Amino acid sequence: MAELSVGDQVPELRAAPDKYLPHRYAGASGDFNPIHIDPEFAKAVGLPNTILHGLYMMGLVARANNELAGGDPRALKRLSVQFRGMGAPETEIVVTGTVKSVEDGTVVIDTVAAQGENQTIRNAEAEVAL
Amino acid sequence: MAIKTEAVGKEWPATTYEVGKEKIREYATVIGIENPVHFDREAAKAAGYRDVVAPPMFCVVYSAPALAPAMFDPDVGMNFAAMVHGGQEFEWGEPACSGDEITTTAKCLEIYEKDGKGFYVFESNSVNQNGDQVARGTWTNIVRGV
Repeated sequence: MAELSVGDQVPELRAAPDKYLPHRYAGASGDFNPIHIDPEFAKAVGLPNTILHGLYMMGLVARANNELAGGDPRALKRLSVQFRGMGAPETEIVVTGTVKSVEDGTVVIDTVAAQGENQTIRNAEAEVAL
Repeated sequence: MAIKTEAVGKEWPATTYEVGKEKIREYATVIGIENPVHFDREAAKAAGYRDVVAPPMFCVVYSAPALAPAMFDPDVGMNFAAMVHGGQEFEWGEPACSGDEITTTAKCLEIYEKDGKGFYVFESNSVNQNGDQVARGTWTNIVRGV
């Protein structure tokens, strides 16, 4: 891929988690917290409905950054995120990133995951070896 | 309610997880990752891996079991009803491949109060069967209204 420079936008990633995505992610990850899979439980603890696993959205952020290196899993060296909003199933997620620094073959990307105006992950910083 | 901080520095017993090819497939599929190194042994070997390799964030699969006793420890005393996962960091070392046996330890790094919220920060450290570090995680949980 072309050389990245500070301020460049990286290709965005779009994902469309369906109604049952949290169930599949629970199975894949082992995180069966009922707020992600049981609407009655979620409502009983004051949530509007079931919510996406934050670590699922972080998985998408990792995937988006890994794709800068052609998907090579060795390229992602570090990823730090802040969960700032609840993610909802059946709503498209858009992951966008901006190059923050480029140094000695390591690119740092400032990444955001959002559902419309709701930024579910902010201040995410990924270090990718390119 | 004052926040309890005596668990800072506490460590919990290690957990061990054996990475399997089909579990990697299941994880990669749900995230929508398509690189054949996560599905096909020959493709993984051709790319220089010992076996089918896990995506970086697969680290939650092998490291989270070590965190569970820490989160539920009465010495930590987190109020789950008011808890959110506030932040997460991972640093990766040696890739995790099918057949690896990964041992993870958990430690409480910090507990502090800020703006009426309790911050509970844990560290996980995962090493493979050769003693190589595969991932180090920092898990931040925030409890409202402490």
